Amino acid sequence: MDSIQKKILQEVADLHKVPEGAYNIRANGESAGRRSTENIEITSKTECSGIDIRIKDGTKNESVHIPVVLSESGLKETVYNDFYVGEDCDVLIVAGCGIHNCGVQDSEHDGIHRFFIGKNSRVRYVEKHYGEGDGKGKRILNPGTEVHMEEGSSMEMEMVQIKGVDSTERVTTAELAEGAKLLVKERLMTHGEQSAVSVYKVLLNGKDSSADIVSRSVARDSSYQKLDLCITGNAPCHGHTECDSIIMDKGHILAVPQLEANDTSSELIHEAAIGKIAGEQLIKLMTLGLTEAEAEQQIINGFLK
Amino acid sequence: MLELKNICFEVDDDLGHVAILHDVNFTVSKDKFAVITGPNGGGKSTIAKLIAGVIKPTSGQILFNGTDITNADITERARMGISYALQQPVRFKGIQVIDLLRIAAGRELSVAESCEYLSKVGMCARDYIYREVNASLSGGELKRIEIATILARGTQLSVFDEPEAGIDLWSFQSLIHVFQSMRKSISDSSILVISHQERILEIADEIIVVSDGTISKHGPGSEVLPELIGTSSAVNSCEKLTERS
Repeated sequence: MDSIQKKILQEVADLHKVPEGAYNIRANGESAGRRSTENIEITSKTECSGIDIRIKDGTKNESVHIPVVLSESGLKETVYNDFYVGEDCDVLIVAGCGIHNCGVQDSEHDGIHRFFIGKNSRVRYVEKHYGEGDGKGKRILNPGTEVHMEEGSSMEMEMVQIKGVDSTERVTTAELAEGAKLLVKERLMTHGEQSAVSVYKVLLNGKDSSADIVSRSVARDSSYQKLDLCITGNAPCHGHTECDSIIMDKGHILAVPQLEANDTSSELIHEAAIGKIAGEQLIKLMTLGLTEAEAEQQIINGFLK
Repeated sequence: MLELKNICFEVDDDLGHVAILHDVNFTVSKDKFAVITGPNGGGKSTIAKLIAGVIKPTSGQILFNGTDITNADITERARMGISYALQQPVRFKGIQVIDLLRIAAGRELSVAESCEYLSKVGMCARDYIYREVNASLSGGELKRIEIATILARGTQLSVFDEPEAGIDLWSFQSLIHVFQSMRKSISDSSILVISHQERILEIADEIIVVSDGTISKHGPGSEVLPELIGTSSAVNSCEKLTERS
């Protein structure tokens, strides 16, 4: 891998060297390294581009890293990655994609991830998207995430896109069986002329299933964001969505929180708020010695932490 | 240390041209604990905002250590050595107590150092250091964190705008101790507190009474306080509660 690719790898997966545990690194459409472990097997798909990750029952405290790096201008790819997590597992999955585009052609990576999470398993999933490069070609990421959760399983998803992605349309769907728990923390920042659409469709199908989806975003310059969060309760369940946005400059934000209840014992709540940085917050930090620009940066950093 | 000369502050609102402050003159010298009191609506908080640079006077001059700071902005004044605790502490989503203390100190504080500042305001640091400064904290907790940030700054002049506002009686009692100990350890610095509270007025070296937009009295605490007892300029916390109910 060259130095640009290594830098992007650090941005999206905090990787400075080969990660521990299982991994698959994809660079410019090709495999740049892979390791399976005794409990986690990674194999290439034969019918399309992508990999299957199979995690054995009872696998605990292990991790899989599957970062993607694109540094070739004009490369467009759709990749299908399927995760089969057995029963009673406790694993960390780190994905993420970084694009460096200094050419004139658009670069695009569409990663379609499907998760099949076995009974009583716990999964922590971290996905970070990042773009850089001063070319006129756009950096486009359209991830699709599909989560199927069996009884008693839990999943914590951290979805972060802080910088440099020109266009993104991310769709996350999930269905939860009895007692399953889904926790999503999304952090999104758009700037320049960027556009980001984030859609969540969560079906609480099992008794006592629960979902908590919290999205925090900042729209700067002339960027556009649409946040479309929907939870459907089909059983006695708990669902909460929160969509909290800071609008700056000439940004546009459309928040569409939706709840659908098909069971009298569904308890669903949504909260949505859009506002600019409060003047008193700036004043407070300025009285501590920061300039207005530094204060603004601190507020945004904290908000998106 | 701090001098306000012929300060006037006027605004235009629905009622037309209104003078909030006129001919305000006073000095706070080094090593003094001064308290500004007076009836509500008299212009006390406006004075605090003028000193911090949140607003600028319509006319007049503000001097800090002999330098004219009338046109300096909030950041410049903060860096010169003026701290300002707001009457209504501000909440921040995602910013933790330790972050705020580090910003205040202007350096990478260790956890132990941060804990020390929190302990001084009567907070168990372990419970708070990584808490977000958001709506999950009570008014009293926010007030104490606000004061801890001022302690962490350690500037020459600290201005507190009604530190007792919006807190419960129990928190108020411990707040008094914080100010008493600040009063004791004052050295090469000055404290200016806006307050009606008798127990804060009791520890004042100087009391400045502001009413109808100007200074109606200014003198040593021992002289001014007896004249204020029984008026709305010097209340004890129970009276204040009764007044509210």
